Amino acid sequence: MKKKYSIFSLARNALSGHKEWPKMWRSPEPREFYDVIIIGGGGHGLGTAYYLAKEHGLKNIAVIEKGWLGGGNTGRNTTIIRSNYLWDDSAHLYEHSLKLWENLSSELNYNVMFSQRGVMNLAHNEHDIKEIKRRVSANNLNGIDSFWLSKEEIRKKVPIMNTDNLRYPVLGASYQPRGGVARHDAIAWGFAMRADEMGVDIIQNCEARQIRTKNGTIEGVETSKGFLRANKIGVVASGHTGVLAESAGIRLPLQSKPLQALVSEPIKPIIDTVVMSSAVHAYVSQSDKGELVIGAGTDSYNSFTQRGGFNIIEDTIRAMVELYPLFGKMKMLRQWGGIVDICPDASPIISKCDIEGLFFNCGWGTGGFKATPGSANVFAHTIAKNEPHQINSAFNLDRFASGRLVDEHGAAAVAH
Amino acid sequence: MLIINCPYCGPRDQSEFSNGGEAHVKRPDGSKEIGDREWGEYVFIRANPKGLFYERWVHTHGCRKWFNCVRDTSTDEILVTYKLDEKKPNLNNFKSVVKTPSGEPEVGSGNFTVEK
Repeated sequence: MKKKYSIFSLARNALSGHKEWPKMWRSPEPREFYDVIIIGGGGHGLGTAYYLAKEHGLKNIAVIEKGWLGGGNTGRNTTIIRSNYLWDDSAHLYEHSLKLWENLSSELNYNVMFSQRGVMNLAHNEHDIKEIKRRVSANNLNGIDSFWLSKEEIRKKVPIMNTDNLRYPVLGASYQPRGGVARHDAIAWGFAMRADEMGVDIIQNCEARQIRTKNGTIEGVETSKGFLRANKIGVVASGHTGVLAESAGIRLPLQSKPLQALVSEPIKPIIDTVVMSSAVHAYVSQSDKGELVIGAGTDSYNSFTQRGGFNIIEDTIRAMVELYPLFGKMKMLRQWGGIVDICPDASPIISKCDIEGLFFNCGWGTGGFKATPGSANVFAHTIAKNEPHQINSAFNLDRFASGRLVDEHGAAAVAH
Repeated sequence: MLIINCPYCGPRDQSEFSNGGEAHVKRPDGSKEIGDREWGEYVFIRANPKGLFYERWVHTHGCRKWFNCVRDTSTDEILVTYKLDEKKPNLNNFKSVVKTPSGEPEVGSGNFTVEK
């Protein structure tokens, strides 16, 4: 039965003491065989299952997740959404995603709390200015809302920012008004609920251990709940994608590193947009609870410890305090790390591979959250049709042989 | 943060070092004959195991020498550091704490990052 959420369901459940809310999804035991198994129950994986069922009419689908839904990077990011990427291929992909975000709450009838409060990328030197203005122009040619803000305009938008009295003064910024933030759990839960309604089996606490193949074709996946046969397998396991690919004998150009974030104690509304700076590496937005959500960088070395080095936070906090001196006396509540899989060109891989029936959606590195619905949408297309959607055709594995990389390292105006 | 035992200078804070990625990567022979794919693999693909990993470090803000290291990427425990001209240690000499390929070690992450 389709679960409807409205002001009336809220009132009704409030009267019964919130004890009668229906379960959002079933927790079935895995079946022996599935048409498609998605490994990884984060936003990208659940979304893939949702679009496979909704747009491609597949019914016999499972999503297997080693922990709980959205407990990996979906629940660990800083929830920034934007599409102001330099290269056409990336711009089309992220814009596709942004357009899906704009309609997602009503499509899922579940509030993903997408708040289009604008995203600012600061310029701190002459080179930044040139690079950012170039990107703004490229964005405009791709039909993406993006413009240049002068220092005065930035100060009007973010009066608490110290623009002059710091080592790397703020000289301007790019601004994308349609960008913003969303609720990270909600996207996982919303996709999970609607996929479940269409018959997708969502199996938590089920760790994928080995992908089994035979004569170049997929057989299934060995899991902590036994062997599951499948016609097709989509791996969307972020930091662990490389480990799983290795079990099928595929080497992917991925390196896994911890990416850290932290939140402060909650305060009254003080910053109503998202401000990012790749030059000094600090980005911040304020959550609806009032916490400042601060993004730090990745460690320089490969690691699977969901924690990260202290020196990374130190760098980010130093930059934060310089940019916003009044945050200097605030206390930080929590800090955590998520394991991101970084590609040599800092662009994702949404691709089939040499093994028939095996697909990868990985390499999102430090910026996958914004792409969740778009990535899921084109990945579902790729799995269902055995060929990429026009939007993700550039993000194939062949680019590492042909050299046609989508180099978004510096171009995306975010530090990787 | 790690404490890294530089084979030349002894244990120092990680902030003095830069990471150099996978160690013992061999440039393929016959670069004229091999195809784009093999060459692409050599240029772009590096091992990324969860568990024991050969890697390179350079003591950037110290002796500026490169050296190799075996580290467990699931815990960040550094098992051995050795000079570039030393033989690479057999990984069977070390205990792997990751029981399943994508599982988590029993002792939580980061608990080996300080010297025991």
